[in-house]
Amino acid sequence: MTGTVKTTKEPLFHVVKHAERSGRQMIGFRLLAVALSIVAGGLFILAIGHNPIAVYGTILEGAFRSKIAIQSTVKFAIPLCICALGVTLAFKMKFWNIGGEGQLIMGAVFASYFALNFPHWNHWVLLLVMLVAGALGGGLWGLLAAAFKVKWGTNETLLTLMLNYIALHLVSYLQAGPWRDPEANGFSKIARFDKNAGMDKVLGVHFGWIIMLVLVALVWIYLKRSKQGYEISVVGESQDTARYAGIHVKKVVLRTMFLSGAIAGIAGVCQVSGSDMTLSMGVAGGVGFTAIIVAWLCQLNPGMILVVSLLFSILEKGSSVVQSTYGLSSDCADVLQGIILFFILGSEFFVRYAFVGRGKKGGAK
Amino acid sequence: MKKILSLALAAVMAVSLAACGGSTASGSTASTAASGSTAASAEATGAGIPKEDIKVGVVHLSDPAEGTGYSYTHEQGIQGMMKNIGLSEDQLVEKINVSDTDAAAVQNALTELVEEGCNIIFATSWGYMDTCEAMAEEYPDIIFSHGTGYKSNGTNFNNYFGRIYQARYLSGIAAGLKTESDKIGYVAAMGKDNGEVTSGINAFAMGVASVNPDAQVYVKVTNSWFDPEGEKQAAEALIASGCDVIGQHCDTAGPQLAAEEHGVWGVGYNSDMSKDAPAATLTSVMWDWSVYYTQAVQNVIDGTWVAGEKVDNYFGDMADGLVTLADLNTDLIAEGTAEKIDEVKAQIVSGEWDVFDGKTEIKDNEGNTHTLEGADYGSCNWYVENVHEQA
Repeated sequence: MTGTVKTTKEPLFHVVKHAERSGRQMIGFRLLAVALSIVAGGLFILAIGHNPIAVYGTILEGAFRSKIAIQSTVKFAIPLCICALGVTLAFKMKFWNIGGEGQLIMGAVFASYFALNFPHWNHWVLLLVMLVAGALGGGLWGLLAAAFKVKWGTNETLLTLMLNYIALHLVSYLQAGPWRDPEANGFSKIARFDKNAGMDKVLGVHFGWIIMLVLVALVWIYLKRSKQGYEISVVGESQDTARYAGIHVKKVVLRTMFLSGAIAGIAGVCQVSGSDMTLSMGVAGGVGFTAIIVAWLCQLNPGMILVVSLLFSILEKGSSVVQSTYGLSSDCADVLQGIILFFILGSEFFVRYAFVGRGKKGGAK
Repeated sequence: MKKILSLALAAVMAVSLAACGGSTASGSTASTAASGSTAASAEATGAGIPKEDIKVGVVHLSDPAEGTGYSYTHEQGIQGMMKNIGLSEDQLVEKINVSDTDAAAVQNALTELVEEGCNIIFATSWGYMDTCEAMAEEYPDIIFSHGTGYKSNGTNFNNYFGRIYQARYLSGIAAGLKTESDKIGYVAAMGKDNGEVTSGINAFAMGVASVNPDAQVYVKVTNSWFDPEGEKQAAEALIASGCDVIGQHCDTAGPQLAAEEHGVWGVGYNSDMSKDAPAATLTSVMWDWSVYYTQAVQNVIDGTWVAGEKVDNYFGDMADGLVTLADLNTDLIAEGTAEKIDEVKAQIVSGEWDVFDGKTEIKDNEGNTHTLEGADYGSCNWYVENVHEQA
């Protein structure tokens, strides 16, 4: 094994795709990842001069310490979960929709139009119109990227990404220009919605959480039990196979991206009408990007997305309490979240691939 | 199979976090432990709240640890109040870096302070106003005290601000005597239709005119209360066009730093900015918010203010000590500045004279005349004669 002279040069190690890991191994990897992330996060907390165990404790306590705390935690999960469900549809088709953020914003913009201009419509009519408009806004924004892809073969990752910035700056334009609140003494903002345009609270949280649960079920049924859902997975596996099977690939791409955007748009409606009661620059606040991580982490399983979204919001809500309790900058909380994500996502690599050292027989054959 | 594993992963994550939490929940924070049910203490008595039951919440626009500028100045005021009244650290909960252009962030910060059991919440930035108004309605047992805006409800949502224009007028004297090019720049957070900023510019320009009738004031707007880069760039543009004293109504020391870099002078705002730019800042227009914060919290303790029944708006001035002018930078100021400022300041403090008295006619730069009462600063949407807007 050792000390013999090699005639061919080999790298120290190489990476090979791991064919099949046992269930036990996979659980092991992920447990290890969680443990390591907690240790590494703890080292970071220690480095900035706090007791890691106390800080972790505060995160959990902060997320659950009272009724309002739990309600806030659930509220955080709503846009994240819905948006993750949206991108899931596209990802299932291997269409890289990085535009959840922009689609959420466009949904919010379309819904805000009705909230601002028709505040005196019947409450339920108005909310329904806002939801439909929001779905339409997000859907069209998604469809735009799909249409370019289908027609001219543009790169959807870049296109959806760039559309995010256009959507965000559209909000900036609206709040500085045509939708500016005239009562704001020159401060550039959009007026607060009339209460009539706000989602009612059910159990202390706006009813977006019910929409979220319904969408979890619908997306699951759509992907697993409908013909269209089946078409999506076939197109995702191989477009040639899909064509051979007589599936109209372009149509499936366009339809799926519209739906993907529409769901993200609904997340936007929940945000403006349930939480913010206005349209502001922070309407998406990175949710569209976190949703991508959530969707992947859950391997595009709707039920899992619900669970992981809630875990993310525990982290989010708890970190906020950590900021005020320990006087930490909110950036520290972001670093902590980043460390935890890094390890958990990193573990996926080891689940699928293995390092093979020099001189050992790898999985190459 | 994979899904089940993922589910297990998620569960493990939750359990392991829970385990960490469980072992330390008792030792973590006294402040959070006491606050399970919110504001329960506030609703019952109808009288004052005992000092030891007071919990103060604060929402800051940026991070006071910057050591200068707007949030720092408010934090100094809060710390002053804590000392004056004798509150302990765990009676204070602060949310920092809460962007006033992010409605969700404002909502979340205020909700968390409610949840912490705060009896009185100070929201320091203009953009928090609408959310404060809505929260005050939802939580009538908590006092929401909002700085610099104009809305209030009389029962648990008030507004606090002051006659900062008095100090601005005095600082205008320093600028008017110092300028050599007779061109004075002014970095403004908001445009002409924002009465707070515009009345301040007018007071400053009137101070300038009182000692130097030839000097003109050039205003450049950043459209943001807090924009470190934009504020500095605006000042640089003004300096490039020939201004040699830079006044400011924005949150950071950027304009003063720009003045120092280019070898000209400036007048700071909020905190004493001669700390930031010792070779440029002649003086600074300052707030001593501890004057208000102390009085507000004392009112809650005394039962003068009771959430759900009565709170008053607050509008302080130089006589109260809420509005101050930093020590003049004697190495930099023109001769005679101190004497002139002292003379006018004495008249203002004694009430003998004020910049905006509601009677004196003031000419604007379009040829119209106005009168302005200081407390009505929000209605001021015109610039005085020697003010010019710069694109």
